[in-house]
Amino acid sequence: MELPVQSEERPVRFEQPLLLRFTHWLNVVLLAGMIASGLQIYGAYPAFAERGADFCCWPLAGKRFPEAVRLGGWLAGGLKWHLFLMWGFVLNGLVWLGWQIGSGEWRRRVFRPRDARGAWEMALWYVRLRDQKPAYEVYNGLQKLAYTGTFKLGVLAVATGFAIWKPVSLPLAEWMGGYVWARFWHFLIVWAFVGFTIGHLFMTLVVDREATRSMILGEYRDPAPANRRASVMATPEVKQDA
Amino acid sequence: MPERREFLKRAASMAALAVTGCGWNGGPLWPLLRAWDRPNQWLQRALAPPGGPRARIEPPGSESAAFPQYYVSPAMPRVDPRIWRLEVGGMVQRPLSLSLSDLAAMPRVTLRLRHYCIEGWTAVASWTGVRVSEIARAAGADPAAGFVDFRSFDAGYWSSWDRESALHPQSMIAIGMNGSWLTPGHGAPARLYSNLKYGYKSVKYLTGVRFVPERTGGYWEDRGYDWYASL
Repeated sequence: MELPVQSEERPVRFEQPLLLRFTHWLNVVLLAGMIASGLQIYGAYPAFAERGADFCCWPLAGKRFPEAVRLGGWLAGGLKWHLFLMWGFVLNGLVWLGWQIGSGEWRRRVFRPRDARGAWEMALWYVRLRDQKPAYEVYNGLQKLAYTGTFKLGVLAVATGFAIWKPVSLPLAEWMGGYVWARFWHFLIVWAFVGFTIGHLFMTLVVDREATRSMILGEYRDPAPANRRASVMATPEVKQDA
Repeated sequence: MPERREFLKRAASMAALAVTGCGWNGGPLWPLLRAWDRPNQWLQRALAPPGGPRARIEPPGSESAAFPQYYVSPAMPRVDPRIWRLEVGGMVQRPLSLSLSDLAAMPRVTLRLRHYCIEGWTAVASWTGVRVSEIARAAGADPAAGFVDFRSFDAGYWSSWDRESALHPQSMIAIGMNGSWLTPGHGAPARLYSNLKYGYKSVKYLTGVRFVPERTGGYWEDRGYDWYASL
């Protein structure tokens, strides 16, 4: 199968709805603020052990994060920011989820066990162990895995956050192994978010810049021919008029 | 394109501000952040189970080997327990002036609780004392007094509570810790103790309990910590 040459006219494959673009960029700001204020809060007791006890699993106890990545100035400031931004973080997530459910778009975007094969093939293709790009609709298996995963990460961040904010009022902390562990899980989720963000930035700024464009302007066009190996969408059902 | 250059310059300086501005308490936004305590207070109340939270009683023998000591005075506050008095006043029918032996003669409760510090650490101790609700009953506290104000001899350290939390059956004026009398490091002769709120709400070195109609703030609360601060 030969790809049509379309150096000027690059067809629009799909569009990112305005609501998705808005919640995405708002989430960038909110998540950055949540992490920065969270690192400020962490600095008030940069360890996990209960007083008079040891904690197995955090070798960097006692080390604080540099001021440049903290928000709030001191503990009370960090907490004020954290407990203010959390409203936006949760509400923004609910708006996003409401849109996914209301529009039915979640069906094309959610990762299901049957997407595992596609995700694996996509990964092989990216590392050049596979010649032909796997076929997919809007999102490939790897994207579905990443985006469904970050949403779940957000849910876990909120659940562990409430667990350590209200350890007496709510039973959440006990379900998570106690307050010390709930606090540790909350902290680890930050690094999962950071890890995702690094991968996400690489994929959208280096591998497929069209994705960045579409998240700002809406339209996702076929990438320019020079960039085609990396990111053309080999969608079999798309008509190809030469 | 001068406008464009101007725009880029401005964007760059805003980005620089965003970076160097971290560690920033909010500047002009600080009043908004403080005002946000109100919706958060509503949420904190909404999250509490119906009938109020119940602190979990920790298992025997779980008392922490090292329980931090804390006071704001330059040196550990001390008072001769023989001359010390706890003044109970405000909107009460019978103002009280209780000695340590008066307190010790009142109905007592012992609870082994996990202490939560706003800094993020926890520690377990067993506390013995008189419920604040017992003191309120003895003094005949006016039901219209919606708040309770606690004062200390620790360099003016103080706090105030909503009546409901202060009169909770797990909130007490503690005179004993881990089976012994309270020591000066932990607020002797008597201190407020409850783990329904963060540690800074449990005033040590108590001198006064007043039932008041308005919430009055507190040492850390006035500096920015949450006033309601439930756990």
